[in-house]
Amino acid sequence: MDFASFLIQVLNSLQYGLLLFLVASGLTLVFGIMGIINLAHGSFYMIGAYLAFVLTSATGSLVLAIALGIPLALIFGALLEWALFSHLYKRDHLEQVLLTYGLILIFEQLRSLLVGDDVHGVAIPAFLDASIQLTEVMSYPVYRLAISVVCIVLAVALYYVIQRTRLGMMIRAGNDDRSMVEALGININMIYRVVFALGVALAALAGMLAAPISSVFPNMGSHVLIISFVIVVIGGIGSVWGALVAALIVGFADTFGKVLLPEISGMIVYLVMAVVLLWRPEGILKKG
Amino acid sequence: MNVNASLIVKLIAVAAIACVPISGESFYVELVAKMLLMAIFAMSLDLLVGFTGLVSFGHAAYFGIAAYSVALFTAKFGQMSLWVMLPAAILLSAAAALVIGIFVIRTKGIYFIMVTLAFAQMAYFVFHDTPLGGGSDGVYVDARPTAAIGSWVPFDLDNELHMFYFVLVMMLLVYLFLHRVLQSPFGRVLMGIKSNEHRMQSLGYFTFGYKLAAFTLAGALGGVAGFLYAVLFGFVTPELLSWHESGNVLLMVILGGMGNLAGAVLGAFAFEAMREFFADITKYWQLLMGGVIVALVLFLPGGLTAIPGRIKRALQGGGAK
Repeated sequence: MDFASFLIQVLNSLQYGLLLFLVASGLTLVFGIMGIINLAHGSFYMIGAYLAFVLTSATGSLVLAIALGIPLALIFGALLEWALFSHLYKRDHLEQVLLTYGLILIFEQLRSLLVGDDVHGVAIPAFLDASIQLTEVMSYPVYRLAISVVCIVLAVALYYVIQRTRLGMMIRAGNDDRSMVEALGININMIYRVVFALGVALAALAGMLAAPISSVFPNMGSHVLIISFVIVVIGGIGSVWGALVAALIVGFADTFGKVLLPEISGMIVYLVMAVVLLWRPEGILKKG
Repeated sequence: MNVNASLIVKLIAVAAIACVPISGESFYVELVAKMLLMAIFAMSLDLLVGFTGLVSFGHAAYFGIAAYSVALFTAKFGQMSLWVMLPAAILLSAAAALVIGIFVIRTKGIYFIMVTLAFAQMAYFVFHDTPLGGGSDGVYVDARPTAAIGSWVPFDLDNELHMFYFVLVMMLLVYLFLHRVLQSPFGRVLMGIKSNEHRMQSLGYFTFGYKLAAFTLAGALGGVAGFLYAVLFGFVTPELLSWHESGNVLLMVILGGMGNLAGAVLGAFAFEAMREFFADITKYWQLLMGGVIVALVLFLPGGLTAIPGRIKRALQGGGAK
């Protein structure tokens, strides 16, 4: 592998890993703070991608679609938390698995009713629709670089919110000890709603960003869901930074696996997970 | 319900199922055969979820491995002998469960749920992506195994009636076997682990070994169901190992009420009936199914078998707390 194609694979790995981080960060926060297994998290990614498709068709611009889509996703997440997930906190994990599994069926069927089962493409915004020439024959699309940049900005913003703001302090406290936070007079239910809506919006944004490169298709959430689970397990439940490290590991393992070992590429990510679990049964960055 | 009444109800149910072929409708015979093999699958998972407290979300892997072994062995060696193929399929599923179990038993709670899921996905990709499994299109089972022993043929699986009763007998055998296992000291230890693993450890039990044994046994019995599926339908696809199937079988167990073998059977029948019924009346069956699941969790914690208790409590409730 020469340097240019190696560079392309590195950039692809970063872009894929960072995109997965957007999905997995919400999943791990909902796990860690609210103690909920949310199988429907992949559906939010799917919903984001379809929102991008529908809104881009309506407005003619992906940027506008994302600007409209994020508030919609936040509202959707808050409503969902209010209507369903808030009833699940004290329930068994098994019941959470079931309810969110039922939600997947509902979301997929609604998607089929509203948009149909066809595969759709989403146009890349014109100002990002270019390529950078690396060598005479190889080039790298600007849009993929833009995805990586957006994800990095979001990761930094997430770090800032969680580590440096009052809201972040309450989120971290909620992660450690729910009843103590309540005893201090903080409205923990509101924190939960914010975190859940944030997780939904991040997953939906990942779907919107991915729509132009992966196109939108039925059940697109399910693969992302499983990979995000793997990331959360590798990183350690509840650890956003663990999720970042794990997402990058998965991004590189998957991308280079497809190039170097194409025959077993589908399994490589799971092999990585098995190795990590043998080494650390509770993930890389599990605290306490 | 006392023991005798419960036994009588079960015997009547078995007798009723055994009469299904009298209807002469091959559609119903096949449907009930599918329900029976799904009941085996659900009971095998109930051993883990309901009795040992291990919520496996990747149980479809063992079902699929056995089903694929039937298809792949038949493709390679031609028609197999039932007496070779069934043990081979069970053994392969058990071996997979043993290896995966060594990894997953170390984890607990949410981790266990997700890690079993991830390993099942791994198995899914083995059949979906590698040359071994024949890709996403699946593989046909060209010939059902033969039950011939030398020149003596006790029954013929190509005959739909024989096939139906074979599945029924297998279901009963698995039920009786698990019933016996659960009453053995081994089964008591599993239930002890479910209610308090630390206490079992401090009593000197090596709980890892017991859990691994339960996981392997559940995998082996899931393999029985997968074997029957491949033989009955003559076709296997990677979707048999998908996490949707793992979710479905979990749903059957919960629908019937966990920790109750007859409940698992009931759950499997109810689930398959619901699927047929909804698919029959509307193409939007997923929506209805999803709605039923969500409603079940929100309004009926404890499953179908908890309904009588809830009614009783509501009646006795009055003003008392």
